[in-house]
Amino acid sequence: MVDVQRPLPKTHELDTKAFWAATKNEELTYQRCDDCEAVIFYPRRHCTKCLGNSLTWHTATGRGTIYTYSIVRQSYHPFFRDRVPYAVAWIDLDEGPRLLSEIVGVDDPASLEIGQRVKVAWESHEELSVPLFKPE
Amino acid sequence: MAGQSRDAAIVGIHEFASRDVEGALSPLQIKAESAAYALTDAGLGWGDVDAVYDAGDGGGMSGLTISEYFGLKPNIIDTTNVGGSSYELHAAHAKQAIAAGKARVALLTYGSTAHSNARAIGVGGRGGGVHPADNMDSFVGMTLVANYAMAAHRHMHEYGTTSEQLAEISVATRMHAMRNPEAVKAMEDLEFLDIRETTITDVVNSRMIADPLHLLECCMISDGGGAVVIAAPEVAKDCRKKPVWILGCGEATKYPEIGGDITTSAAAQSAPVAFAEAGITPAELDIAMIYDSFSITVMTILEDVGFCAKGEGGAWVEGGRLRFDRPDDGPALNTDGGGLSSNHPGMRGIFLLIEATRQLRGESCAQVVDAKLAIAHGNGGMLGSRHCAGTVILGGD
Repeated sequence: MVDVQRPLPKTHELDTKAFWAATKNEELTYQRCDDCEAVIFYPRRHCTKCLGNSLTWHTATGRGTIYTYSIVRQSYHPFFRDRVPYAVAWIDLDEGPRLLSEIVGVDDPASLEIGQRVKVAWESHEELSVPLFKPE
Repeated sequence: MAGQSRDAAIVGIHEFASRDVEGALSPLQIKAESAAYALTDAGLGWGDVDAVYDAGDGGGMSGLTISEYFGLKPNIIDTTNVGGSSYELHAAHAKQAIAAGKARVALLTYGSTAHSNARAIGVGGRGGGVHPADNMDSFVGMTLVANYAMAAHRHMHEYGTTSEQLAEISVATRMHAMRNPEAVKAMEDLEFLDIRETTITDVVNSRMIADPLHLLECCMISDGGGAVVIAAPEVAKDCRKKPVWILGCGEATKYPEIGGDITTSAAAQSAPVAFAEAGITPAELDIAMIYDSFSITVMTILEDVGFCAKGEGGAWVEGGRLRFDRPDDGPALNTDGGGLSSNHPGMRGIFLLIEATRQLRGESCAQVVDAKLAIAHGNGGMLGSRHCAGTVILGGD
């Protein structure tokens, strides 16, 4: 039987490859514009606030807050269907970026709450790590 | 109404009847059959069409593909594809082209075999994409249902909205579906269990798919299609049916942002533009054709359109207010049975225009007496992350 894996990001996608490269060292990164200091997320080559194109990578603490979440109880995906029920969430990092992830490390996902504090829980793969989150 | 522009009208409609073609028809064939019926409905022919609008459901290079397939030589080719809201944008663009004198007869078509393809629109996983946004999200096992559920959960958290209130949308829509023979046949063909009018208890007791959304708050996955013909006033006056005027249009996008509000959709931007152009207010509308991929889509959009304030949608829909036989309480919702209980092949936006037109002609199965004004609001993409909105205000002749 084929071992079904989590679908992983492409490491060659040009806007996001630096983000994923940093995850290998378990660094959760985001960009800030050198000119107007706007936080840019998801990663891009240009600033969406001013017309600048000089962005600097920063490393987030990996701490944040659950903005909202859902518990997936039905999935047809060969990897995720065996994981149900599990919680997916939009997480507001303390540095600003809102990212989509999965909440792990809870016995009952229904016990999670909007506004709950979470921190990154890296899941390692060969070429990168994916930033899952767990209650702080 | 004074100042209202009546420069383009829907003059022909057709909704493809079958929701399960058992693999025997292609999307292109469904589009062509629907187009022929809609042109017949208008009293026009292929040769009258000088503008085509296509969302790419018939294949790549769709403006070219569809013109050759239909045998048209259009002067306007518009292949705007913003998912389920595509057809509201097509109607808006057709009105602009006709008003500018660049076209006289516009043809919008849709065909899908999502059910036959067994394409899991709702609960499939996501592969690693090559768009940067997709490449950030694809490791997460978020289903389409969960995407909308995230908006519903936040709505409940911020405003105290309940599952019972969301269920009002499913119940009213199913009530309308049970009056529509094509919707009942659709539910039979798609092997719905226990096909009947539902109660709020039925909805909240149905299986949870992605908290807090239950099975009966999720749309069906059908085959289907349709067509809409839009014409200039000088063409419309000689058509078989009374014209239904496109009075105002708006379009907008919404995507995740730092500190963004998931409980507000792109409708909050598109609807005011459409109402301003139409010169009317939400309170004047008789019919609300709102894209019902899920209950929360409707709840959110009802607020964003302005029927009630943000966060008050739960209380506003209570007590069966959205039923077609309660005209004094505001607009009737999705009187064809909606995506929840009649037709959802993936991009439902064209059916919103079609049923709104039926209502303003007096041809609906759940006819609102003397309906004069309707809104068709399409939501394409995903409510809980990134989506596009198209608002169209329609008026009877």
